[in-house]
Amino acid sequence: MLLGRSGSGKTTALRLVNRLLEYDSGEILFEDNDLRSLDPIALRRRIGYVIQEVGLLPHWTIAQNVALVPMLQRWPREKAEERVRELLEQVALPPEEFEGRYPRELSGGQRQRIGVARALAGNPSLLLFDEPFGALDPVTRRDMQRQFLRLREQYRTPAVFVTHDVAEAMALGTRIGVLDGGRLELIASPEEFRDASTPVARAFLDTLPGRGVRMGRSAPN
Amino acid sequence: MDRLVLETLARDVASLTLQHIWIVFVAAASATVLGVSLGIAGTRSPSVRRYSIGFANITQTIPSLAMFGFLIPIPLIGGIGPRVAILSLILYALLPILRNTITGILSVEPAVRESAVAMGMTDRQLLRYVELPLAAPTILAGIRTAIVATIGTATIAAAIGAGGLGVLIFRGLASVDTLQILAGAIPAALLALLADGGMALLERRLRVER
Repeated sequence: MLLGRSGSGKTTALRLVNRLLEYDSGEILFEDNDLRSLDPIALRRRIGYVIQEVGLLPHWTIAQNVALVPMLQRWPREKAEERVRELLEQVALPPEEFEGRYPRELSGGQRQRIGVARALAGNPSLLLFDEPFGALDPVTRRDMQRQFLRLREQYRTPAVFVTHDVAEAMALGTRIGVLDGGRLELIASPEEFRDASTPVARAFLDTLPGRGVRMGRSAPN
Repeated sequence: MDRLVLETLARDVASLTLQHIWIVFVAAASATVLGVSLGIAGTRSPSVRRYSIGFANITQTIPSLAMFGFLIPIPLIGGIGPRVAILSLILYALLPILRNTITGILSVEPAVRESAVAMGMTDRQLLRYVELPLAAPTILAGIRTAIVATIGTATIAAAIGAGGLGVLIFRGLASVDTLQILAGAIPAALLALLADGGMALLERRLRVER
């Protein structure tokens, strides 16, 4: 989990990992190899990527969208179709019903499920999430978070997840990194994070319900 | 009027119409190849974009008769006849095709492009699977504008001996013969309407597909 305020560099950090951005100092290792020594195209096909706006191809059906990486990797047709059906089941969108639809026929939450399914399709070694549930209503977001945890149990693929929602970070993360001004301020487990004392971590913790500022009249006690 | 005159005129209209279509086809097809390629290059490089749009803009400001005047004295490509006419028609048709190709590709939603790249598409695949299909209706609209304009401009090409329906118009003007003028102008107008309608149909089909 990368937690940080807007402009703290969390999206930038994420985009460095699949080389959507290049870096000129420092070192990023992917399976013990320096990122710069790897072919960016092959690398990206091994890294699932989910962004807030989803970015499905509007002229492709749901099945085609999910099968994007298998298609790029030239999987046999049967195997790709099989994989698509399996994934649609896993994100609770029945294939018979959704396979042939187009992205515009889906709700925001459904589209993001397809985004997640697409990211998983090529059996990636790493998943990157950039505020994937940020644009969804709270109820849908909660659903998606549950589903995220279920899929994590199932796949156990390492994931880097960017968010500015501290509750989300604590609910979904195994380790939480707090970014501030492009610098990692803290890295901690959710339990340790609860008692963190660094300034940005404190500020985030104060936004949790039951802590910090109260709105309106405080309850008599 | 004399039956023979009318028959000759009808034969002229038929052959000149075919010639007109041929000139327009060659010019529009070349401009499409050139404009779309240049447009794609322009979406990859801002300097290509700036210079190609600038060049196409300038050609657009030159009056067609002046353009013929400029091109005729140039060795190898110059001279009297259809070659110079087609070349200048290509130059005129370039701008709408180039501009629409660039606009169409650049207006693909950034999130769509970003996720396509992030999932591991090469630049070629991005172009083929994402940018061109999504830009197709816009590019087609540019080609449509170019074709319709070319059909009109091509009538002027008769002034430098390129043939086409302009021959009848110029001949009619010189001999103050309204029938001849109309025999050239009406088929040219009909061709333009026909091309416009046909392209509109094609455009709509492409748009519905998504």
